[in-house]
Amino acid sequence: MGMTGMKYAVGLLLAAVLAWTTQSFAADITLAPPTDVSVEDVPDDIGTQMLVMWSTSPSEAALVAGKRALAGYAIFRRVAETGDGLESIGEQATGASEIGFPANFDFQAEQPIGSVSYGRTRFVDENVEAGSTYLYAVAATGPGDTFSPLAVAGFAVTAQMEYFNVGKLWFLIIMLMISLVIIGFVWYAKQGGEIKVRPIAGLEAVSEAVGRATEMGKPVLFVPGILDINDIQTVAGITVLANVAKTAAQYDAQLKVPTARSLVMTTARETVEAAYLGEGRPDAYNEDNIYYLTDEQFGYTAGVQGVMVREEPAACFYMGAFYAESLILAETANSIGAIQVAGTAMPSQLPFFVAACDYTLIGEEFFAASAYLSNDPEQLGSLKGQDIGKIIAAALLVLGCLIATLAVTLDTWRGWQIAELYIKDNILGTEGLVPNEEKVKIIDANIAVELESLAQQPHGGGDGS
Amino acid sequence: MLNLLRNLDRRLIFLIMGLAVAIPVLMRFEPPSEVTMMDQNVFDAVQDLPDGSRVLLSFDFDPGSQGELLPMAMSFTRHLAEKKHKIYFMCLWPLGEPFIEDAMKLLQEEYPHLKYGTDYVSFGYKPGGEAVIKNIIVDWKQLFITDSRKQDLKEIPMTMKLKSAKSMDLLISISAGDPGTKQWIQYAATPAKLPMVSGCTGVQAPLFYPYIPDPLSGLLAAIKGAAGYEKIMSEHYPDLKTPAFVKSRFSSTAAQQRMGPQFVAHLLMVALILLGNVIFFIDRSQGNA
Amino acid sequence: MIAKRTIPLFIAALVGVLMIATYFVPYTEKWGADAMEMFIILAAAAMVLGAGNLLLLNLSKISNRQPGWGYAGITLTAFFVTLIIGLFKIGAMPTSSAATNAWTAPVVQEGSPFWWIYKYGLVPLTATMFAMLAFYIASAAFRAFRAKNVEATLLLGTAFIVLLGQVYAGVWLTDFLPTLESYVAGFPAASQEFVLAVGMQVKAGVPLTDVVVGGVAYANMVGEHHALAIETNNYIGGWWYQLLNGLRLENLTQVILDVPQKAGNRAIMIGIALGIVSTSLKVILGVDRSYLGSAD
Repeated sequence: MGMTGMKYAVGLLLAAVLAWTTQSFAADITLAPPTDVSVEDVPDDIGTQMLVMWSTSPSEAALVAGKRALAGYAIFRRVAETGDGLESIGEQATGASEIGFPANFDFQAEQPIGSVSYGRTRFVDENVEAGSTYLYAVAATGPGDTFSPLAVAGFAVTAQMEYFNVGKLWFLIIMLMISLVIIGFVWYAKQGGEIKVRPIAGLEAVSEAVGRATEMGKPVLFVPGILDINDIQTVAGITVLANVAKTAAQYDAQLKVPTARSLVMTTARETVEAAYLGEGRPDAYNEDNIYYLTDEQFGYTAGVQGVMVREEPAACFYMGAFYAESLILAETANSIGAIQVAGTAMPSQLPFFVAACDYTLIGEEFFAASAYLSNDPEQLGSLKGQDIGKIIAAALLVLGCLIATLAVTLDTWRGWQIAELYIKDNILGTEGLVPNEEKVKIIDANIAVELESLAQQPHGGGDGS
Repeated sequence: MLNLLRNLDRRLIFLIMGLAVAIPVLMRFEPPSEVTMMDQNVFDAVQDLPDGSRVLLSFDFDPGSQGELLPMAMSFTRHLAEKKHKIYFMCLWPLGEPFIEDAMKLLQEEYPHLKYGTDYVSFGYKPGGEAVIKNIIVDWKQLFITDSRKQDLKEIPMTMKLKSAKSMDLLISISAGDPGTKQWIQYAATPAKLPMVSGCTGVQAPLFYPYIPDPLSGLLAAIKGAAGYEKIMSEHYPDLKTPAFVKSRFSSTAAQQRMGPQFVAHLLMVALILLGNVIFFIDRSQGNA
Repeated sequence: MIAKRTIPLFIAALVGVLMIATYFVPYTEKWGADAMEMFIILAAAAMVLGAGNLLLLNLSKISNRQPGWGYAGITLTAFFVTLIIGLFKIGAMPTSSAATNAWTAPVVQEGSPFWWIYKYGLVPLTATMFAMLAFYIASAAFRAFRAKNVEATLLLGTAFIVLLGQVYAGVWLTDFLPTLESYVAGFPAASQEFVLAVGMQVKAGVPLTDVVVGGVAYANMVGEHHALAIETNNYIGGWWYQLLNGLRLENLTQVILDVPQKAGNRAIMIGIALGIVSTSLKVILGVDRSYLGSAD
């Protein structure tokens, strides 16, 4: 009983001290509200977001008893009624008869729709419905549930759904340009136009490698990467597999394809079967040679290493997406004396393949492989289109660098400044087709200041002091 | 001798490399760690956030890369706890979830005043890779109904009002491959303009340099980056230098300790390359003679 | 024929165009996310195929007593043990809200048998495989990194700089070259803090006129501080210090990573991106149909 009473008394004492300190804290400081509260509908979305912005409260840096007085900001919201009564028809000034916050706003009864830490000046409300009109207010908050007076936004804003992301318009234009070039050359090739492709050493070596395996009576190992069929590198790898399988069928070589994904196994089986059928060798096709090992990266690597060491393939092809296992596989195959041809678009693994393999298809050479090996005019046409796309990219790069350099060196020439702004913010950014007016005004102001300072400088030489 | 070196058995090289790594570990050889600008940028990105900011911490690695990435993952966890930020753990790799459990264990042991649900929460692993990122950038609760402990997100204080990843103040991805930093940059940091820093394996680091400083404000590359980050952490939070933290299960100087074997291994690599070239040039000159 | 060729081509084209549209039309964002989820479900279902194939292959190896059939036995044992323990959550503690239902236990609960398999089986094995890279890199370096021509020699030189610059050896080897710290140490103790503060700002690219130390801007500095600020700026910002400091291995490494490496990587990435655009377009338009299993 005594102990319980003691505990009760201590608890009461602590509660009293806490209440007193909180009260004292609250009594010591009156938080000033934030200023310049504004709201805008987040552009290029489906109307479910509003951006609330404000300037920090003057109490931001205030301290009470060595502790921060202002902990953060709370955001409150009102929704305009529609139908009978109020109509929300876009931006409109608040008034007593429309949506608003009462003078005696009850912070305890109202729940904020969000809160942010001190120092923050923006909040995105994502629980918004397109077509509804909202009014926001922000209050600074402190410890012990203290609030500043509400700072209400100047007017209510309606959330709008955009049907097209205008900010990405330039991206669409460039994408269409490159796609049309590729499609154009595919059509050109289909019409019988001549497309020249430079020899790619790694692909010329496919028949050499498969032939070597046949002579030695050893299998050919094809590793289609470790990612799933949804990765474009795996698709490209399967395309090369079709050609390797065709060559293997011609030479009567055994082809083994261990895969790391079930879908890749299924696709590879279909591909190899079709290749063997196409060469009139359905009897030579053995679906057990294309099998699934495991999804686990290093489990798969260990499995493939085991295949290499036990079955000693004479030729190894690595075509697809690879990660850390690239060097492990390449070195193991090197230790058994296999000829190795690798192709991947993983920049981090290219150095390992280049160092360890006999032939390596670097980056887009790998994607060109399908066109190169098949000699299909349509595919060759797409190669040409790809190259033109690269030329366009290079030209834009050079132009952009030139404009950026001129904008820095000729900083009073408005044209270059606007051009640089347009490239950075519109073409490479998300500002859409039209330059941002505010930023253009800033450029004009800076140019005016610069010209003024140049005009005030003494003409002719100075004494250098 | 030359013949021996010319036909050097690779197993001997493996043995020498094994000794080059094992001896510094056993002798606890720890050279001084240097702090780079990149390490400082990552530290500042977390340090400059107002206390209590929301930080999404994604553990996108598996046990294979834990040697390089677990020390930085724990350093990030400690730093976020020191700054009292709200930590949202998740992972895109199935084998990454136990590391989240380890991080939460660290919080329970070293920061017992922080509470699950109020100061940190774990969403665990969700399959789908970049599809997960694309979903949580739009609507978090469409994909995640519960946390990793099967509690309803609507009942957890930190997640009740969470609409999407856009409300995060900082995104940290500790990545060993794909899905990882690249996908976070492509599908979260760039479209939603989220501030982001990352830690990655050494082999991946060059791939992310083009993304610095925007959208990636900093990058911890490999164990060296982790060691630099630990050094800055120790300078700012001197408690981390005490034996209690250094000798803990997740040592506060784990990365710095691993710089010793790295030092010797790199020297060995240089020596092997030099040796190989000496043999090459001797053979070439003998062939020309 | 329609089912095998036309319908898959149509699905590929439709979903491909949809995924592109989701990037530009906000309303379709959710459709794209749903399409990705469909793929995830398909891939999960396909795992059953893979597992079935694994079982068949290993069982036939055992029954035919092919060379290495013992390993197939180990594979199947590990497969079934892990599957049964994980699926039925054997030995894991259920949550308190459903104490009688074992399936409510967390997947990797510390202390459970499944956790034990993960911690003491999978983790060491995976870490070992990854660690093997160190050995293979060493043997590849010895075998393949030869200065056969100018490009290879440049590559080697770069490799040396970066290898050494990433560890303390680089700092130690070029320690004789000046740093800001060594410059500051040459000043009396009373001035060192000021010089360091100015030096760090100059190093970061702040012009002398914008330097602020201890709340005092350069324009308001007087006497010794003014002179020190100018001297520090002239030295740290001067070409001689920049050159020598830049030759320190750790700084040279950073320059290599920041300039030529970044440029080369960007070029490769642009090429790869264009290759991806081209290949994707071929798949969407049906030009490339190799994934359907035929060269037609």
